[in-house]
Amino acid sequence: MAPPAGEPRTPAAPAGAAAPPRPPAPPKESPPKPEPLENELVKRLKARFGDAIREAWVDRKQAILVVSTKRLRDIARYLRDEEKFDFLTDVTAVDWPKREQRFDVVLNLYSFRKNERLRLKAHAAEAESVPSVTDVWPTANWLEREVFDMFGIRFEGHPNLKRILLPDEWQGHPLRKDYDILTQDEAWVRENLGIQSGQ
Amino acid sequence: MSDTRTAAFPNVETTVLGADEIIINMGPQHPSTHGVLRVKLKLDGEKVVDSECIIGYLHRGVEKIAEHRSYQQFAPYVDRMDYVAAVSNGLGYCEAVEKLMGVEAPPRAKVIRTILTELQRIASHLLWLGTHALDIGALTPIFYCFREREEILKIFEKYCGARLTTHAFRIGGLQYEAYDELEKDVERFSKDLEHKIDEYEQLLTENRIWVGRTKGIGVLTAEDAIAMGATGPVLRASGVKWDIRKALPYAAYDQYEFEIPTGKNGDTYDRYLVRMEEMRQSRRICLQAIQNIPAGPIMARIGKVLKPPAGEVYHSIEAPKGELGYYVVSDGSTQPYRVRIRPPSFVNLQAFDLMVRGHLVADVVAIIGTIDIVLGEVDR
Repeated sequence: MAPPAGEPRTPAAPAGAAAPPRPPAPPKESPPKPEPLENELVKRLKARFGDAIREAWVDRKQAILVVSTKRLRDIARYLRDEEKFDFLTDVTAVDWPKREQRFDVVLNLYSFRKNERLRLKAHAAEAESVPSVTDVWPTANWLEREVFDMFGIRFEGHPNLKRILLPDEWQGHPLRKDYDILTQDEAWVRENLGIQSGQ
Repeated sequence: MSDTRTAAFPNVETTVLGADEIIINMGPQHPSTHGVLRVKLKLDGEKVVDSECIIGYLHRGVEKIAEHRSYQQFAPYVDRMDYVAAVSNGLGYCEAVEKLMGVEAPPRAKVIRTILTELQRIASHLLWLGTHALDIGALTPIFYCFREREEILKIFEKYCGARLTTHAFRIGGLQYEAYDELEKDVERFSKDLEHKIDEYEQLLTENRIWVGRTKGIGVLTAEDAIAMGATGPVLRASGVKWDIRKALPYAAYDQYEFEIPTGKNGDTYDRYLVRMEEMRQSRRICLQAIQNIPAGPIMARIGKVLKPPAGEVYHSIEAPKGELGYYVVSDGSTQPYRVRIRPPSFVNLQAFDLMVRGHLVADVVAIIGTIDIVLGEVDR
């Protein structure tokens, strides 16, 4: 189901510090249960891809689909060609380190014809690679590179998967939840940036 | 589609170059790259055959910072992305968090937000026009543009005390009530602007050098623009009539009449015309909005500590440079679990390679200018 609810926040303190684990968030003022999404689009997708469409729900009136990572590219192509989601707005990821497949790769689609947005999600484990959608939407090129840079998720079939915002020699992937400024490689900073790391 | 749009730039060390081919480096400290953009160009004589943008020199890890700040604390940071259009950044972020919390700003706040955001669009376009013309060799427009931009910055200063990184809006509405002469100031400025835009157009639109330097340069077809994810004036100049203010209205845009200008050829000249017309339309929105600013509160009733219920939201606005989106994930605590910012400049810049191929080195400068990038936003 929607992952956010059960996921206690990793404290900002360095990992390993014996921060008392926060008690499991008590059910406060009834967290809004995501409503399942059942519309024609989901029915068509389920008829065609069966189990590959894992979940579908609506959050804040926005449609979210969780799909099988292996079939992501097929589903993407179908959505572009048949359902006219011709515009890929954004590719990003969210890290849930406690989950078995820790990453959500998130694709935000838009259809000019329907004036509608759709969010596709695919789960990926730490070492698992995700099919690249660069040949479906060329705009995914840089966006996937950024996800690789920040999360270390590999995209299979990407023509040029290398870091984009950080220097090529950078260690680690900053937007992972277990990445910490204290774990940065001071030797690297000294050598490449010519400054003493301030920590 | 596995053509130039997705190909990788050849490795400099291992590529065998033809007799007339060289690879040159432009930037990151080049005045015409509008910041710290570095471009590697592969040239055949003076013609560009391949290019690669190298970005990240201004990366500050804004998205990581967001995970360690409360929702309100993060708001000033977004102003520092597109620092020539800080008000628009703030609007997008505040509205995204409001959507996440399920609250709405009061009507009065929405209208004031709309006015300031449209003024910011004009200011951003003026800065673009001045620097773009300067890049191509027209020295005069930048002085005129900065003169008018100064008027807008003065209005911001009167409203909230800051000129550039304003942090003008708050989650839930506004911090400050409109000052007494806001309507008068906006009206005077908007009325003046009309003939000022005509003045700029007199300098450029039919200027032979300007036309020669921009017509047919950096052509992006509608199909390519959509495939490359281009938004904003870059998309519209290619002939796609799409503007988030109309398609998925936010703030108070559904109350006002305005047109969406589009181009035909998708070249640098059309992008120029589209942005000039957008300024006129923004001015029109401002004049409509000041006619009727509803009375009432300026802040929604929200607590001091924001704890949006767990879940996620994507909200985007039409920033001066294109679609600025915020994808905010909440885990129910006081800090965002994840904030993803979809910057228009970053995605638009990706089309640069496609636009620059086959043109001369001198046109590279024109094409960087016409995409209207701000590196603070590209690198975040």
